[in-house]
Amino acid sequence: MAGTARQGTKRGRFAPYGLLSPGVIWLILFFMVPVMVLFRTSLSDRPNRFVPNALNFSWNFSNYTDALSQYGEQFQRSFVYAAAATIACFAIGYPLAYVIAFRGGRYRNLLLGLVVIPFFTTFLIRTLAWKTILADEGFVVQTLRDLGILAANGRLLATPLAVIGGLTYNFLPFMILPIYVSLEKIDRNLVDAAKDLYATPARAFWRVVFPLSLPGVFAGTLLTFIPACGDFINAAFLGSPQTTMIGNVVQNQFLVQLDYPTAAALSFTLMIIITVAVLIYAKVLGTEDIA
Amino acid sequence: MTATVAPPVSPTIDPAPIERTFPPPWMRKVGTISLNVYAGLGLLYLFIPIFVIVIFSFNQPKGRFNIVWQEFTLANWKDPFAIPELVDAFKLSLEIAAISTGVALVFGGLIALALTRYRFRGNAFVNLFLVLPLTTPEIVLGASLASLFIAQGTDRGFLTILIAHVMFCVSFVALTVKARLRGFDWSLEDAAMDLGAGPMRTFTKVTFPLMIPGLLAAAMLSFALSLDDFIITLFNAGTEVTFPLYIFGVRQRAIPPQINVLATTVLVVSVALLIIGTVAGRMRERSRTSPH
Repeated sequence: MAGTARQGTKRGRFAPYGLLSPGVIWLILFFMVPVMVLFRTSLSDRPNRFVPNALNFSWNFSNYTDALSQYGEQFQRSFVYAAAATIACFAIGYPLAYVIAFRGGRYRNLLLGLVVIPFFTTFLIRTLAWKTILADEGFVVQTLRDLGILAANGRLLATPLAVIGGLTYNFLPFMILPIYVSLEKIDRNLVDAAKDLYATPARAFWRVVFPLSLPGVFAGTLLTFIPACGDFINAAFLGSPQTTMIGNVVQNQFLVQLDYPTAAALSFTLMIIITVAVLIYAKVLGTEDIA
Repeated sequence: MTATVAPPVSPTIDPAPIERTFPPPWMRKVGTISLNVYAGLGLLYLFIPIFVIVIFSFNQPKGRFNIVWQEFTLANWKDPFAIPELVDAFKLSLEIAAISTGVALVFGGLIALALTRYRFRGNAFVNLFLVLPLTTPEIVLGASLASLFIAQGTDRGFLTILIAHVMFCVSFVALTVKARLRGFDWSLEDAAMDLGAGPMRTFTKVTFPLMIPGLLAAAMLSFALSLDDFIITLFNAGTEVTFPLYIFGVRQRAIPPQINVLATTVLVVSVALLIIGTVAGRMRERSRTSPH
């Protein structure tokens, strides 16, 4: 692939850097520098009654130990919910991507458009819509109660299931699109070859199609899992105080309590855990190609 | 096996079908149908809340919360701008989305051009660097940018929202345009130069037209992301209120049906753009492949 993609590329001495610089400088100033400031903030003195917002840097590692001991539960919950949502996204998204890629025929682009269209409505409104659907007096809960699946006073809202369902819904296209892209690239002759060699359809799928779609699965799971870990809208709209995730804590500490060091320590820990998890995952799956 | 010694036949005839005993045809059929049904249900699931949003834009709510169906009305559609705060928030969101998309298109387009057109030191590093903002949770991006502004003593407001939106849009634009330019034969540029075109003319007549499909896709993506962004904006908005921030702030006090009207409008406009884009792309392809 690299051989054909390189046709006519030029060796540049200054030009490429000139083209890169505006965007890259922007990213350095407003992505990299802020992350360093966040790290610095996370080691600063916490505000108290006497110095509300001094932010004195003091290698205050107790911010981390305090934050972790106090909010360990929310961390754990975030990862469990995000993992559950990622698995659900995969279970719904892979077959859907497969059917579009292999059986969509001339309607492929139309079907792909249908997958994307719901996400042109605002994230918050979609989540509010789920709140309406899952409401206690709503049709779904009433039906489930009548059928005896839910207890007479059983609820869907304010349960972990509702939060996981919301996360699944909101990040589903991030699973479907990369898987679709990698499935679509697969040479159909390979599948035919496997079948000619007496592979059953299931065997052809597991031995040929699925391994070739792994880069898409890798990208899809990351693009679902990472935002799900940091999300707090689904927990805020669909959950209860018993289902708060780490995002809710960071938002509350940063924007309501104005305790920047604690919020920074929590965000930084979240980032580190995710980075380590991604690296391990990349090692296991053996792919480096995210984009 | 039915591989009898067949006389040489014309190559258009399919080779003898290979007999497969397992799974039997009826099982294959059941498998195919159930997979299609499963995928269809998945697609339906994607649309459930959308139906609710659109239907509730025609609701006449009792009280301030538009969450229980009462009766059909067109009043909300006749008066979509009834709530001035909502209109201001929506306008602000459109303005920010337009400006940040414009800036991100230039920055991201140039990065994509540099990455696909040249071989240079640090190429791999830039590629990784572009992916990092996408693999960082939004809450970390928002909190860190806000920490920077707080440490600098910068008041958060319109400008800081814009800075934040350009930041996350640049990566998306660069990666989208790059994906479209990959595999492009850059010797076309040399050909234009050999034919006497100057660098400026080569860019406007050869390079830029080839970038347009990628840039259009990137612009739509970037605009949608900016319009929809909530978490990063919440941390960097100060007292400014965008459309998502309005919904977040007001939701405890009221959920007016005008929210649904505006959301439905955004949806309809995006669908229209998507259709126009698809049809235009198909027509261009047809005119390219058909002999003149």
